[in-house]
Amino acid sequence: MDLLIPAMLTIITAATPLLFAALGEMVTEKSGVLNLGVEGMMVMGAIIGFIAVHASGSVTVAIFAAVLAGICMAAIFALFVLTFHASQVPTGLALTIFGIGLSALMGQNMVGIAYGGMPKIAIPGLAALPVVGTLFFQQDFLVYLSIAMVAAIHYFLHKTRAGLILRAVGDSHDAAHAMGYSVIKIRFMAILFGGAMAGLSGAYLSLAYSPMWVEQMTAGRGWIALALVVFACWRPVRVLFGAYLFGGISILQLHAQALGIGIPSQVMSMLPYLATILVLVIISRDVSKIKLNAPASLGRPFHPSR
Amino acid sequence: MLKKTLFSLVLAAALAVGTTAAAETKAAFVYVGPIGDHGYSYQHDQGRLALEKELGIKTSYVESVPEGADAERVIRQLASSGHNIIFTTSFGFMNPTLKVAKQFKDIKFEHATGYKRADNVSTYSARFYEGRTILGTIAGKMTKSNVVGYIASFPIPEVIRGIDAFTLALRKVNPAATVKVVWVNSWFDPGKEGDAAKALIDQGVDIITQHTDSPAPLQVAESRGVYAFGQASDMKAFAPKAQLTSIIDNWNNYYIDRVKAVMDGTWTSTDTWHGLKQGMVEMAPYGDAVPADVRQLADGVKQAIIDGTLHPFQGPIKNQKGELVVKAGEVISDADLLGLNWYVEGVEGSIPK
Repeated sequence: MDLLIPAMLTIITAATPLLFAALGEMVTEKSGVLNLGVEGMMVMGAIIGFIAVHASGSVTVAIFAAVLAGICMAAIFALFVLTFHASQVPTGLALTIFGIGLSALMGQNMVGIAYGGMPKIAIPGLAALPVVGTLFFQQDFLVYLSIAMVAAIHYFLHKTRAGLILRAVGDSHDAAHAMGYSVIKIRFMAILFGGAMAGLSGAYLSLAYSPMWVEQMTAGRGWIALALVVFACWRPVRVLFGAYLFGGISILQLHAQALGIGIPSQVMSMLPYLATILVLVIISRDVSKIKLNAPASLGRPFHPSR
Repeated sequence: MLKKTLFSLVLAAALAVGTTAAAETKAAFVYVGPIGDHGYSYQHDQGRLALEKELGIKTSYVESVPEGADAERVIRQLASSGHNIIFTTSFGFMNPTLKVAKQFKDIKFEHATGYKRADNVSTYSARFYEGRTILGTIAGKMTKSNVVGYIASFPIPEVIRGIDAFTLALRKVNPAATVKVVWVNSWFDPGKEGDAAKALIDQGVDIITQHTDSPAPLQVAESRGVYAFGQASDMKAFAPKAQLTSIIDNWNNYYIDRVKAVMDGTWTSTDTWHGLKQGMVEMAPYGDAVPADVRQLADGVKQAIIDGTLHPFQGPIKNQKGELVVKAGEVISDADLLGLNWYVEGVEGSIPK
């Protein structure tokens, strides 16, 4: 137990950035758009959030700035793929490369500056509970927000009319268009939402997880988030489960090493991707299973004229 | 039309660069990481800046160059644009450097951490393990739990040498102490390095040392109230209370000496492996937490290494099984150190294959 609670706390911090980014990407993909630029949007959120906290001293300002940075990056992507009909995959890759470069440029004077980290908020009453209180009710604001977002997105996608329309656009943009819905507008919003969530994820990295700025500090977490969406079969609660699983694996392997249990750490580093490939294999074997949840129009460009 | 004008402009600029270069010495640097990493590449770049300041010459650099085919292109580009000496600062640039050097006999090349040389290619590296001996000495005196954490990047001889040197020094002053090693499979991943630090602290470690490049483990140490050592540069800004000292890579003098040699025409191909004595490895000022007697002891160890009276790999040295590998009075030779692939007694766990 002495070891379990601290390990669990570390898992929560490792899972939160994955959760934000994957939830955002999931909503984008549900609208039928594949944005491979998660890493780029995330790293921009990280640098803008860090610059903002450094300049203003306010975490609230920093979080808003990071969200805005993610939205701006996503808007560039949306403009290219929706307005100019650029292919989604190369545009997303370009966005990642662009984000890494631009963040490095903007962060030149931020290297070597320390920040104390986000304050923890203890929920009155609940925080005093044994075990559960320490784990779930003495966290920083963004951890609470990430869990709340799972519920909100689940509710939105599966219980509201707007969510239904979003899913319809992702499954068959032609049908949604024929029904009179503005496919472009809905996809634009979904992409921007994905950007905002990636920005939050970046803010969590540079403000709470390892509160500092260093180039390329996302270190591939954007790609893990992308894999996570497929792993979770585009379901919010499964994204939550997957993020904590992926986070848990990476933390437990560190503990295993420190305890002298010999699992090659390289194997652990590939596990998230292996798990994703496995899920891909399983769901692609059964067409009906994909049809159940994978957005049918994912990655296909939409021309209203057709 | 515009394209043509642009092209002739570029051409003119290139020609202009070409003609001025003949008159003065120009040095170029190739870095594997971004200069903003606040670690390895950052320190090389500090060397470049010192060179500019000291000799007043022009330098160029290319950062974040992947090891492989791209590196050759970058080095060739630098060689054909009027540079007289080119420093390639990562192990993976070894073969590209030699390939380009063959075609540019008049240009001098300096490759860091490699082992292949030619008439116009030198190699250089630093004995960072000497610094680790000092860290181990301090850690041995200051640990209360007698378990020290080590965050490692990749299982290559350079890193294993550091772990062994640290452990030998640690157990020399504190035979009961042991080292827990966690490999993160990255030179640079602040999140994962921080997680590794948390995992180690959760398991009872009260001092953290690292062979990865970001200051994240120090930040974790600071917030958890344990001690830590910085890496490659002084990281006190990230852990004012926790940092006991830091190993600093100082390439300044080497870069200045080598470029001077080019200017004087005295440059020859050499193999340099410098340490504390030559100032290529430096220690940051002690943190406030280090008591006077420990400072004195660490200073003594440092002086002994500089004087040559103490070798970090001096026998008797036992391996993990407790077998005597190096007898008392003997030391591990440089050649064996360069290929070191086993843990000494006191390191827990095994080296990942």
